[in-house]
Amino acid sequence: MPSPPGTQYARLGAHRRARRPAAPPADAGTTIPVQPPPAPSTAPGRSVRTTRDRDRSTDMTEHASTDQHTGTTRVKRGLAEMLKGGVIMDVVTADEARIAEEAGAVAVMALERVPADIRRDGGVARMSDPEMIEEIIAAVSIPVMAKARIGHFVEAQVLESLGVDYVDESEVLTPADEANHIDKWRFGVPFVCGATNLGEALRRLSEGAAMIRSKGEAGTGNVVEATRHMRSIAGEVRRLATMDETELYVAAKEHRAPVELVREVAETGRLPVVLFTAGGIATPADAAMMMQLGADGVFVGSGIFKSGDPQRRARAIVEATTHFADPAVVAKVSRGLGEAMVGIEISSLGDDEKYAARGW
Amino acid sequence: MSTSFLPARIAVSRWVPGERLDAPEADPAPVPGAPVVGVLALQGDVLEHRRALRRCGAEVVLVRDLDGLAGVDGLILPGGESTTIGKLLERFGMLGPLRRRIDAGLPVLGTCAGMILLSDELDQDTVQPLVGGLAVRTRRNAFGRQRDSFDTRIEVSALAGGPLDVSFIRAPRVEAVLDDDVEVLAEVGGYPVMVRQGHLLATAFHPEVTGDDRVHHALVEAVRASRPHADGGVAHG
Repeated sequence: MPSPPGTQYARLGAHRRARRPAAPPADAGTTIPVQPPPAPSTAPGRSVRTTRDRDRSTDMTEHASTDQHTGTTRVKRGLAEMLKGGVIMDVVTADEARIAEEAGAVAVMALERVPADIRRDGGVARMSDPEMIEEIIAAVSIPVMAKARIGHFVEAQVLESLGVDYVDESEVLTPADEANHIDKWRFGVPFVCGATNLGEALRRLSEGAAMIRSKGEAGTGNVVEATRHMRSIAGEVRRLATMDETELYVAAKEHRAPVELVREVAETGRLPVVLFTAGGIATPADAAMMMQLGADGVFVGSGIFKSGDPQRRARAIVEATTHFADPAVVAKVSRGLGEAMVGIEISSLGDDEKYAARGW
Repeated sequence: MSTSFLPARIAVSRWVPGERLDAPEADPAPVPGAPVVGVLALQGDVLEHRRALRRCGAEVVLVRDLDGLAGVDGLILPGGESTTIGKLLERFGMLGPLRRRIDAGLPVLGTCAGMILLSDELDQDTVQPLVGGLAVRTRRNAFGRQRDSFDTRIEVSALAGGPLDVSFIRAPRVEAVLDDDVEVLAEVGGYPVMVRQGHLLATAFHPEVTGDDRVHHALVEAVRASRPHADGGVAHG
């Protein structure tokens, strides 16, 4: 797309410069100059080794004719970075997906039943019908996530083949393997996994998860467990950051996590991936509280479509998540939302009814 | 067993400069008189942009409302979900004021979702609020779904210093250029993925996740050059 001579791009670098006039026309506005920086941005000092850059030979699919690599750790974790500050909503039909998109969701989670219904109906909860997932993919332009059972790598393969953008290896569904989680490095599709504490988050990362969410207690409309998990993860990260190098080996043992990951967290003071919150978020204030506790974004499951006015509540939770630090906005969007979902007191649940205990 | 699997799998190839959000050396304090660049912080990878801008010597403001918008000399529309960011701009009454500032010459860089928002037209029938200003027709998710997202190195015709290391994540691309003063700076598969029109610069990819700050540097330089109250020069030395 050659520009006619005399246009305002006077400060181009490289070979283009020769074709340009030496000085910009008098009426030229601001031009964004593209030229080399004054100095390389390579920062001096201690280099932090991270898990983001992995061995290309095993981690990527190289396209024969071009230099394009799909399924890299960077693009897997990168999609989660793009979802930050947003709300991901559970939907069970294409219509609900459209409502979520219209409300401003950054992604939707396709599943067969929302956690509150799984809790009520009981039985084995599995991956959703592929037909339903395809309908949802066709209905919205935002990313579509879907849940696979813990350890059920074939469900994950099916979801990947459907073109799902993120797979949630979820404790909300009935676990398919009581010892092993899915080996997520084998997949091109990125995975999000639940965690109740830092050690669990790091074990999921060591298996290849590209995003972490708190587990909370899904389907209860009660935020107390999500609070516990967010505080636990954030507190343990802070404690690691205060340890000296020698203490990290014992810390790794106590967290039952690889020492390399423990060291990375200690050096950087944060998880190497995006941390969302999930499990029991039912109101705009719940979402804003999780954001203030350090979540990068929010999953809302049953809280929207089990409430009185899903459209308004969905929109309100999106707006409260954006302006989480501004109580005036949270107050404004919380007005007149109708009934929230019915909540469940966690202590009334038996141990076998707690989803957060699934996964290890 | 459990002690050996990790080193075997993770081969740390190289350190990307400024990799971590809070790596101390990545966040130098802004010098007095540094250009004030905003990052639209309604949703998306705002912190990655803040980090890159700080490395380029800018003072960074996270713009969530009109007050924030009024105080900046340049702006980044970050990567994220363009439908979400557009709707939030509309709901919080920022769309009109932002358009007026862009019309008045505010230097803006849009990456991925930011490029979509800057576009005058979309190539799809989805209805979503756009900021506009950049005379291109853009197609969302033009390279496919997440499984088609890719890392690559691209040649940017006007960018010295070799190919740019970038990620395309559910990325858009420009389908048609609608004005002669839109300049195509880089292409993938014959489609423009980096364009410039005067004070507007847009990339379909994410320069902010790689540690290669040349695109951000270009924006900061433009802001430096454009500031109305920058007479007497920037506080160099």
